[in-house]
Amino acid sequence: MKETLEFAELEQVYDLLAEAIDEAGPEQEALFLAKLAMLLAQQIPDVDRIREAVATALRP
Amino acid sequence: MRPAGRGELESLYFDYPEYPFRAPAELGGASPRHPVIIAGAGPVGLTAALALAQLGVASVVVDRKNTVNDGSRAICISRYSFETLQQLGVVARFEAKGLGWTSGRCYFRDQLIYQFSMPHSADERFLPMYNLQQQYIEQYLIDAAADCPGLIDIRWLSEVTAVTQDEAGVELGIATPQGNYPLRGQYLLAADGARSEVRNLLGLRLNGRNLPGNYVIADIRMEHDFPTERRSFFESSANPEATILIHRQPDNIWRVDWQLPAGADPEEAVAENTVRDRVAAILAMIGHRGDWELEWWSIYTANTLCLDDYRHGRVLFIGDSGHIVPIFGVRGLNNGIADAANAAWKLAYTLQHGAAEGLLDSFTPERRGATLDVFRNAGKSSRFMTPPTRGYSLMRKAVLELALSEKFVRPFADPRQVQPWIYDDSPLTSTASQGEVFPAGPPPGAPLQNTRLGERDFLLDYIGPGFTLLYFAGNADLDAAAANLLPTLRKVDPRLRVLVVGEAGSDPIAGDESIADPGRHLADCYGAGPGTLYLVRPDRHIAGRWRHLEESTVTAALHRALGDPHERDA
Ligand SMILES: Cc1cc2nc3c(=O)[nH]c(=O)nc-3n(C[C@H](O)[C@H](O)[C@H](O)COP(=O)(O)OP(=O)(O)OC[C@H]3O[C@@H](n4cnc5c(N)ncnc54)[C@H](O)[C@@H]3O)c2cc1C
Repeated sequence: MKETLEFAELEQVYDLLAEAIDEAGPEQEALFLAKLAMLLAQQIPDVDRIREAVATALRP
Repeated sequence: MRPAGRGELESLYFDYPEYPFRAPAELGGASPRHPVIIAGAGPVGLTAALALAQLGVASVVVDRKNTVNDGSRAICISRYSFETLQQLGVVARFEAKGLGWTSGRCYFRDQLIYQFSMPHSADERFLPMYNLQQQYIEQYLIDAAADCPGLIDIRWLSEVTAVTQDEAGVELGIATPQGNYPLRGQYLLAADGARSEVRNLLGLRLNGRNLPGNYVIADIRMEHDFPTERRSFFESSANPEATILIHRQPDNIWRVDWQLPAGADPEEAVAENTVRDRVAAILAMIGHRGDWELEWWSIYTANTLCLDDYRHGRVLFIGDSGHIVPIFGVRGLNNGIADAANAAWKLAYTLQHGAAEGLLDSFTPERRGATLDVFRNAGKSSRFMTPPTRGYSLMRKAVLELALSEKFVRPFADPRQVQPWIYDDSPLTSTASQGEVFPAGPPPGAPLQNTRLGERDFLLDYIGPGFTLLYFAGNADLDAAAANLLPTLRKVDPRLRVLVVGEAGSDPIAGDESIADPGRHLADCYGAGPGTLYLVRPDRHIAGRWRHLEESTVTAALHRALGDPHERDA
């Protein structure tokens, strides 16, 4: 498996997420993103990397 | 719009020419049938006239105005367009005046997050982009047209008010200060802009959509020290809600472009005071402390609109008359210039060599294909510039904030500048047969690479004006076979020229011209071995290429490139 996404794939993810957030609706969007984060974290079996990503995402 | 007290054509830096009206023969009762009539002397109509003249086709260009466009409008001309101007032999003034550039910077909350560079190498004749006001572009083209007496007849103060067509040709109604007259031609190029009267008179409509978002552009004059680059600002302190763009132009003119926040009143946004306040805030943000003067401003929205068919019998639509594209990626004018070059050679071969109908028919798939590609890119840019939903706004915010520390998301801020369109699935293009592997070089449908041959010597200087066969010399057998092919090809296109690439001083097949390639630089750029051939269209796109000569294949490709895919033998 490759290490990271190609930029063109990242663009597809951008649109996919934007549309999924709209589909979840403002009430549910935080819950949707939390569930998604859990699903993706499960695929990165390394708590330190996840901790690092959480810290980056928390930065304003 | 201009500041209060200044007239429409009172510019801080540009003297508007006034072209005279001259009564044409038609007003004296003559009714000649001209080969080509061009409605509109904008940049696109003028480019078409020059391209036709180069192929020996005379045109009459009519325009309702008697000067060049009244604002600034398009400012970024691409390398691809410069190469078209090089082919037309008129690029020198554009190059001398234009400000070339390669890169840009994107800021988020006043911090630099991303720098992009457009592809460039020492092998190129031109930089990727040049900034030059549209008035200069039009003026240089008009001056060049004046150097083609007998081939280009520009008629100012001449407005198209009627259009009809039949088997024999087109007939326009022209209104002038000295009365009206009918103008007859074999073909009509509609280059009369976004509000095309020709389009309305033929009852045609643009289809597509209007993208959300309003933008204001203002040109100002100031002494400001910053390289020629594209600067974009997201959530800047000067306009937190929306995006700002800044471009440098010749004559100390700067273009400042800002988006209006959702729900802003467009009328209020273009009031002179509002514009001055906004510009002042933006200049403070970029640290400009000196004086500045307001030259011109305007408001625009982004649209993706085009005709379903760019050909209607004897009428071809080129430029804004056939498609209105969003400003992002600077495609309006650049795509119009490509339309003009594409239409011109097809009309010339139709008029002079009775080319098959398929040639003019290919105009729509080739150029509408380019428009649809612009729409796809503009759709992406617009979703980033003006997020249409909450989901898209959140994603943009997320990506921009991450961009402060994370490299991988920074290309989202890239402006997706115009790229030349490749005619790879055009009916005119012969795609590679199986097993033909080229290690390099432009594939079928792509434009030629303008490879550097010497200090001021480039491949495009040797191409055209008709078809060109680029032949990489091989051994005596291959050269003899290539020489044998020429009479057959010349029966199909009498003006076909052969350009032989070989060793210094040799001319192995008595081509029209030969290029020495001692270091094999050109051959390497083109992935060529002994006997490799490229068939190049007048607009420098590749009709087909072969590692090894096969006579019937090359002849068939030339027929196909002239709109006649079924013709196998001349
Ligand atoms: C405010 C503004 C800003 C823009 N900024 C950019 C930019 O930054 N980059 C970019 O690439 N593009 C930009 N564009 C688009 C670009 O200017 C156009 O794509 C370009 O001008 C198209 O050229 P054209 O020759 O097809 O049409 P036009 O330039 O519109 O020329 C049409 C000509 O036809 C004439 N005409 C019209 N009707 C008739 C008639 N009935 N009879 C006779 N003559 C007629 C007009 O007088 C005019 O001279 C901008 C456009 C606008 C309006």
